Amino acid sequence: MCLDQVKIGERVIIKEILDGTAKTQFIRFGIGEGSTVTCHSKIPFGPVVLRKNRQEIAIGRELARTITVERSDHGGKGHHRG
Amino acid sequence: MEKDTTAVKTTHGGHCHTGSLALNLPEGCKKIVLVGNPNVGKSVFFNYFSGLYVDVSNYPGTTVEISLARYGEDAIIDTPGIYGVSSFNDEEIVARDIILSADKVVNVVDAVHLERDLFLTLQLIDMGLPLIVALNFMDEVEEHRLKVDVDLLSDLLGVPVIPTSAIRKQGLAEVAAALSEAREGHQDPFLHKKLHEMLSRVGSQPEALMVLEGDAYVAARHGIMSGADRDEIYVRRRERVNDIIGHVVTDFDLTETIRQKIGRLVLNPVVGIPIFAVILYGLYQLVGVLIAQVIVGITEEEIMKGYWEPFIRGIIEPVISQKTALGTALIGEFGVLTMMVTYLLGLLLPLVLGFYLALALMEDSGYLPRLATMVDRVLNAIGLNGRAVVPLILGFGCVTMATITTRLLGTEREKTIATAILQWAIPCSAQLAVITVLLAKLGGLYIMLYAGVIFITLAVIGTVLSRTLSGKSSPLLIDIPPLRLPRLDNVVRKAVTRTYAFMKEATPWFFAGALIVSAMQVTGMLGAWQEILAPVTTGWLKLPKEAATAFIMGFVRRDFGAAGLLHMSLTPMQTVLSLITITLFVPCIASTMILFKERGLKQAVPIWLGSWVLALGVGGILAQLLIGGA
Repeated sequence: MCLDQVKIGERVIIKEILDGTAKTQFIRFGIGEGSTVTCHSKIPFGPVVLRKNRQEIAIGRELARTITVERSDHGGKGHHRG
Repeated sequence: MEKDTTAVKTTHGGHCHTGSLALNLPEGCKKIVLVGNPNVGKSVFFNYFSGLYVDVSNYPGTTVEISLARYGEDAIIDTPGIYGVSSFNDEEIVARDIILSADKVVNVVDAVHLERDLFLTLQLIDMGLPLIVALNFMDEVEEHRLKVDVDLLSDLLGVPVIPTSAIRKQGLAEVAAALSEAREGHQDPFLHKKLHEMLSRVGSQPEALMVLEGDAYVAARHGIMSGADRDEIYVRRRERVNDIIGHVVTDFDLTETIRQKIGRLVLNPVVGIPIFAVILYGLYQLVGVLIAQVIVGITEEEIMKGYWEPFIRGIIEPVISQKTALGTALIGEFGVLTMMVTYLLGLLLPLVLGFYLALALMEDSGYLPRLATMVDRVLNAIGLNGRAVVPLILGFGCVTMATITTRLLGTEREKTIATAILQWAIPCSAQLAVITVLLAKLGGLYIMLYAGVIFITLAVIGTVLSRTLSGKSSPLLIDIPPLRLPRLDNVVRKAVTRTYAFMKEATPWFFAGALIVSAMQVTGMLGAWQEILAPVTTGWLKLPKEAATAFIMGFVRRDFGAAGLLHMSLTPMQTVLSLITITLFVPCIASTMILFKERGLKQAVPIWLGSWVLALGVGGILAQLLIGGA
């Protein structure tokens, strides 16, 4: 599944970020491959906003299409870092 | 450039490695550099250290503003907010060069967003720079029901960590007192060997780290290939950050605070769009009404035209008559001492300040990144991403200012598209004011025709450029900071700083423009142009011959062009079509000069000539369709 298909409130694990520059920027923001994130908001046809702990980042829809994610088994608001 | 390859630890003091950093500082003056992510309250620290005497300048070759002040024997330098040190954009390049030349670094971090901020901290530590950390927003830590173990953080990083709440002026004196205790932190042991090898080649640990992390610019400076280890180094650094966070931060409650709930609502289209409308209305009241009408009415009409122009003419006239060529250039209708000074100080200065105030308010409140997120999809259609909302909004203030701001965009392709749109289809505030007056008399249908044609033109040129220009635009990938109530003193300081930097950069171009126009007037070229354009005006655009004067005047000052139409007897349809033409027509001369400076001849010439084609094409076709045979 790709990031653009995630629904608001859903928790996913980032599997692969293809774009090299984006990957670097994600790591700086605190999100790397393997991180668990929540979909905070989605603008219709537009960016996906992810949240990890207190960090929120907006990702353009085209870029979101190139990021592979997997649904996380943990529901609710667990305490995750890493 | 001399390289000291033997010294391992003393490289920060060496001023021979400062690269393109062109800040004039006396010998022996230590550079204390403030570094931090965007929106961490860095400016409050700078203001605390700097006192009254601040030197603000554009970093050479960029619009990135650098503030510098003396602090005792030393100098304190502010840097643009960055998430990491590298060369992804102008701001990072500037920050990188200043950091590379630093003697001491004060790293301001947001205690609520340590996962993000400590990445930069560890990078600075890996650079081997003497460091102290100001742990800011400690007041918000409680609000978020977080607990941060400051002592443990200091132990793990190996540098002093001072808890602060800059906005409440808490901890600032402690940071100043701790400056002397700045020291190198615990570096990544894994990096040690590679760093040491690279150090022997480039002579400075900060630069060695940059080269290892693949910074091509720094590598080129030393004539070596950049490293390919960035991914590995970054992933390891991220793991170290997460490990530190796991030890020092205790999260009691992740439920949303009220501010976070509002932040979420702003991004919800159903609530977000009305909020956007309210904010736009507020901005219009501030910039469009208060500043553009009330304040400019006083500064331009009363002060400059009422007092300044008669005053300066009174002084010059007895010595150099207005009828001579020199007199025309100095105090004539478009003189550099009359029209240009009035324009710059009476009109442009308050307007630019107003727009920068509005921008600073949106930035400091955290609204701007949310706005960029909301409009991203729309701007994608014209080959831009959400960040381009900044130059496009500024364009309604002053196209010259906006053209300079396109530098913040990610790729050359985006800069070209945004510049073309600004130069072609965005009416600046000076022009907009006159257009509003003319359209208001005509009523709803004509207003819709004007707005519709301009909007469609904008969409079409954006789409065409986006499809035809090679390359790919950069995607939106931005951090959304928490919503915060902006502090008025910071907003004002930021706006004043930027206005000053803009006026300093743009003023010579406005003067050069005035001189060219005066020369054209003296040599009779202005009149000749009007004659040359006349057949196009009457036959193709179906307008009276004098309308050509308005188009040419638009080049001097965009509002002059539109204002010229005020006194002509035109049918409503002729008025709308001439306004459309004049909006799409070439921007003012200062804007044109900045266009050539920013985009170079190869792009500027087609953009400039393109506006002729576009204005006469769209205006003419509509005239043929709507006005019909004459």
